[in-house]
Amino acid sequence: MTAAPKTAALTIEGLRVSIGGHDVLHGVDLTLEAGRVHGLAGESGSGKTMTGLAVLGLLPHGSRVSGRIAFGGRDLLEMPARELNEVRGAKIAMVFQDPATSLHPMLTVERQLTEHMRHHLGVGRKEARERAAGLLAKVRIPGPEEALKRYPHQFSGGMRQRIAIAVALACEPEVLIADEPTTALDVTVQAGILRLLRGLCDDLGLAVLLVTHDLGVMSAVADEVSVMKDGLVVETGPRGRVLREPSHPYTRSLLDALPVPPAEESR
Amino acid sequence: MTAPLLSVEDLVVEHRTPGRPVVRAVAGASLHVAAGEVVGLVGESGCGKSTLARAVCGLHGAASGRILVGGRPVTPLGLRRRDPALTGVQMVFQDPYSSLNPRRRVGAQIADGLRTAGDSATSPADLLERVGLPRDFAGRYPHEFSGGQRQRVAIARALAARPSLLIGDEPISALDASAQAQVARLMRDLAVESGAGLLFISHDLSVVRLIADRIAVMYLGKVVETGPTAEVWADPRHPYTRALLAAIPSPDGAGVLPAELPGDVPDPADPPAGCRFHPRCPLVMDVCREKEPDFGPVACWLHAPEPSSAS
Repeated sequence: MTAAPKTAALTIEGLRVSIGGHDVLHGVDLTLEAGRVHGLAGESGSGKTMTGLAVLGLLPHGSRVSGRIAFGGRDLLEMPARELNEVRGAKIAMVFQDPATSLHPMLTVERQLTEHMRHHLGVGRKEARERAAGLLAKVRIPGPEEALKRYPHQFSGGMRQRIAIAVALACEPEVLIADEPTTALDVTVQAGILRLLRGLCDDLGLAVLLVTHDLGVMSAVADEVSVMKDGLVVETGPRGRVLREPSHPYTRSLLDALPVPPAEESR
Repeated sequence: MTAPLLSVEDLVVEHRTPGRPVVRAVAGASLHVAAGEVVGLVGESGCGKSTLARAVCGLHGAASGRILVGGRPVTPLGLRRRDPALTGVQMVFQDPYSSLNPRRRVGAQIADGLRTAGDSATSPADLLERVGLPRDFAGRYPHEFSGGQRQRVAIARALAARPSLLIGDEPISALDASAQAQVARLMRDLAVESGAGLLFISHDLSVVRLIADRIAVMYLGKVVETGPTAEVWADPRHPYTRALLAAIPSPDGAGVLPAELPGDVPDPADPPAGCRFHPRCPLVMDVCREKEPDFGPVACWLHAPEPSSAS
């Protein structure tokens, strides 16, 4: 890791969310830095996904939010919907967990890859198409030109997630929120996607919030690791320290729950 | 090994779509499952794992090759009533949100399986209990359950038919991480307990390692390596198996990016000549480009059997 510039791309302070009277987040603090991957770990139901959704203002209807999410000198929570639309998808993008539902089944891949690109960046149809083919090649879809004409159902689950990642990257965002982006993928593809995320983060200075339950994935790409439990961040720190010498008992229990590979037992 | 419960020999399954080339999803795969044995079938998406499983159930016809369950050939499922001897093959599908009928109570759906097996002594509630759900859930509808619970219901339904062979087609991939290992272990325990064989298909190698006795690695329609799980894990011999295992990130906090397998998965409609893995193989030799290694247990020219293969 080279000395990345310590600029906070996005800061979350005291984020509280309650849905239907139930408190989901009890004051989450996180800082995303440009060119760094921040990993967010925890079990299902710990509020990892809700944190990601809150940043984009995509929380379910009727949820109450308080706290502060600072991005580019503004508080995203107080931003009018019109301005938030300018940020969402263009400056802050998201990759969702389930590629089967995050892509529109009745639109071609080209439509889904170029629509927001043309809206946010104002590029022409032809240029958008070229960029889209380039993006598909970047996420290793075989035959990108051909793939643009096809529909999501014609791809396997792994391919669909790669397309979803291409969609998120289309407008060259500053912040990428990846919610379990590799959970549904094959390990070989996962390795490729993790390298891609790491590469984008290093090359473009992208700030990535990587939400995952897989501590192996976390260990491979994250610079900073935060562990969440019941709507609270219980531990934050550099990857090496959190995964090797966790200070919170919950982090320790997560690490102890991992199966030990036989190869390491015999060593 | 005595006569295996399931034997798949040189199975070829083709998908035909009008206006598109024929896709050989399974191109000469061989596999055996003994009674009481758990076999994990792993491979990347699109390698033909699910098609193989569906062919074993009779959901796809075989273009050539044989599938024998308990010595009887599996016939494709048609409109007529299934041969009772073949109801011993039961499948748990990938997505419990679509494999259960949303408009019928789960107890009624489990009772279908009991009727198939001619079992009037067991009640659906007994089966729910076996999969770790409360007995009174039989009166509920699928939407009242979480994903993990629904998959348990699907397992209960499959077990109700007294299967001799249980097939799990990615049964855990639609579940939350915390439910995955639990459901996988449950399937293993229930299958082994009842003396049935289990063919467990998954792309999640770490779960397969936890539950499988033997592992079969598939690449582009062929089984490229089989062996006892611990052996394959400790000493993978096929370069593809090595690449698969090397791609698993380890949670050691070292920040090592997992090894990437270069190249793309070839189009199954137009597989490469010779060994199917040769364009991506780091150890490729001349012979790999010309002749397909059609031997086992490791289908790789580096591990050719001693009397040089004449076939």
